Amino acid sequence: MTGIGTRGTAAVWTGGLALLALSTAATITIGPAGIAVGDVWAVVASRFGGAASGLTPIREGIVWDLRLPRTLLAAVCGAGLGVCGAVMQSLLRNPLADPFVLGVSSGASTGAVLVVVLGVGGGAVSLSAGAFLGALCSFALVLLLGYASGGTTDRVILAGVASMQLFSALTSFVVISSADAEQTRGVLFWLLGSLSGASWGDVGLGAAALAAVLLVCAFTTTALDAFAFGSDAASSLGVDVARVRLLLLTATALLTAALVSVAGAIGFVGLVLPHAARAVVGSGHRRLLPTTALVGALFLVWVDTAARTVMDPQEIPVGVATSLIGVPAFVVILYRGRRMS
Amino acid sequence: MDGGGDVGLRAEDVSWAVGGRMIVDGVSVEPRTGDTVGLLGPNGSGKSTLLRLLAGVRPASSGVVRLDGDPLGALGRRAVARRVAVVEQHSATQVDMTVLDVVRLGRIPHRRAWSARSAEDDEAVRDAIGYTRLEDRVGQSWHTLSGGERQRVQIARALAQRPRELLLDEPTNHLDVRHQLDLLALIARAPVTSVVALHDLNLAAMFCDHLVVLGNGRVVAAGTPAQVVTEKLIADVYGVRAVVTPDGPDDRPSVRFLPTGG
Repeated sequence: MTGIGTRGTAAVWTGGLALLALSTAATITIGPAGIAVGDVWAVVASRFGGAASGLTPIREGIVWDLRLPRTLLAAVCGAGLGVCGAVMQSLLRNPLADPFVLGVSSGASTGAVLVVVLGVGGGAVSLSAGAFLGALCSFALVLLLGYASGGTTDRVILAGVASMQLFSALTSFVVISSADAEQTRGVLFWLLGSLSGASWGDVGLGAAALAAVLLVCAFTTTALDAFAFGSDAASSLGVDVARVRLLLLTATALLTAALVSVAGAIGFVGLVLPHAARAVVGSGHRRLLPTTALVGALFLVWVDTAARTVMDPQEIPVGVATSLIGVPAFVVILYRGRRMS
Repeated sequence: MDGGGDVGLRAEDVSWAVGGRMIVDGVSVEPRTGDTVGLLGPNGSGKSTLLRLLAGVRPASSGVVRLDGDPLGALGRRAVARRVAVVEQHSATQVDMTVLDVVRLGRIPHRRAWSARSAEDDEAVRDAIGYTRLEDRVGQSWHTLSGGERQRVQIARALAQRPRELLLDEPTNHLDVRHQLDLLALIARAPVTSVVALHDLNLAAMFCDHLVVLGNGRVVAAGTPAQVVTEKLIADVYGVRAVVTPDGPDDRPSVRFLPTGG
């Protein structure tokens, strides 16, 4: 909880929000269509009852239907994965925990391939819905295994590892045994995380889930602080450990499942960015969680912009881009962790 | 062991079992207000578990722990944490925190979610830091502290809770002699009722007002240090021969162990 004071934190948040708004506008202009920041404002203004933007319908569509939802979804995913990662790391007392540690992403991938490759649901279930259901199954299995074996932090993590292995194996099995080349490529692209299919519906779903989890977090920040010395210590500081842990695990799992179902498993955001935020504002959760959300949103907005433009017209899955940046950061964390212990 | 009626923290015939094995077996403890009570006994005799039951961190399998007459289970964790503070045998964290951050954790039971620190919080933290003489350490990172300093910081955190009961599980483990003496003196003069699990019989005799000896989860002896620390008890409970003389401070018992098997 070392770090800058209250005023410094306020400055970080104000600056971060301003930077996020600017980044959102700026990244929308980046790309082959050649759109100016002024055009973005004009389109947004016209949609909120202002004067007509004066752009051609195609250019207006690029801003409103493609780039704006995509950028906003990147911000929502970055913020959500960052917050989930920070909560998991504190709750499981493990600096290497991330939002996927309880098997949510593996379960989602199994759900997705069942829908896409095997056609489960007969077309009535979308890939996103399949992924979401798969994620819930995996999380339910983790809870069941974790709590049946004693419910301690270590058991929950081990249950997560087991569930992750199981669902990864199931995914691979389905893909290897049934998918054609085209399907395999599509599934692989989705598994690596991609924001290319972003719609306003996705943005709304993600934002609603994010808002709900931030609200839950607002009421549990001091409880999360209390976990610093373990769950017995938290209990002796007056925290109802079992209730808080189940509440936060479930809330973050649902948010993660929602995000994975719309954007795939975007790795490393939830692992690395909480550490970056801690370095700025310290480890007190009241400051850490909002800061992580901001840093995560900014990070993913820019990384996704890079992912869709650097190899244009070919797009890199955003999960690949985040990992290319995330792995070196991960190594630094490991190194620091070794020094600390 | 007169608890003065329904005042304070008292365990009534509590038991705790795991896997069919009784770890704590029908133990009653009633520390007198303001006393420092030493909890003695060999490894595995149930000292740590009894402390967890007293703290309400574990619910008793049978029997009841009461705080001013109310069962702990009926009070809620926050209410208990405002009265009873715990210092564990070994405190570890991966979180990068300063001494001040750790001591401030002690205010968690007194704070509502999302409320700012109050003047009372700051005062309690300042008092606790002053009491444990950590003034010049507040900005130091937890991870750079020695074992003795960490225990002192944890005691400061516990005192910042403004408890009336303080439970400590072998707080002097792994500390050098100087730190052991300092720490126990700190605990003994703290204005709280303390229950301290200890291994060192001399330290226990020196600093505690009352001793409770556990063996296989049961109370095998209880009383003043002079009543409890005897050659016979040491032979019975620890299986070790010793010479006990009234040479400690205030004529308290002093123990000199003899080699086993010799």
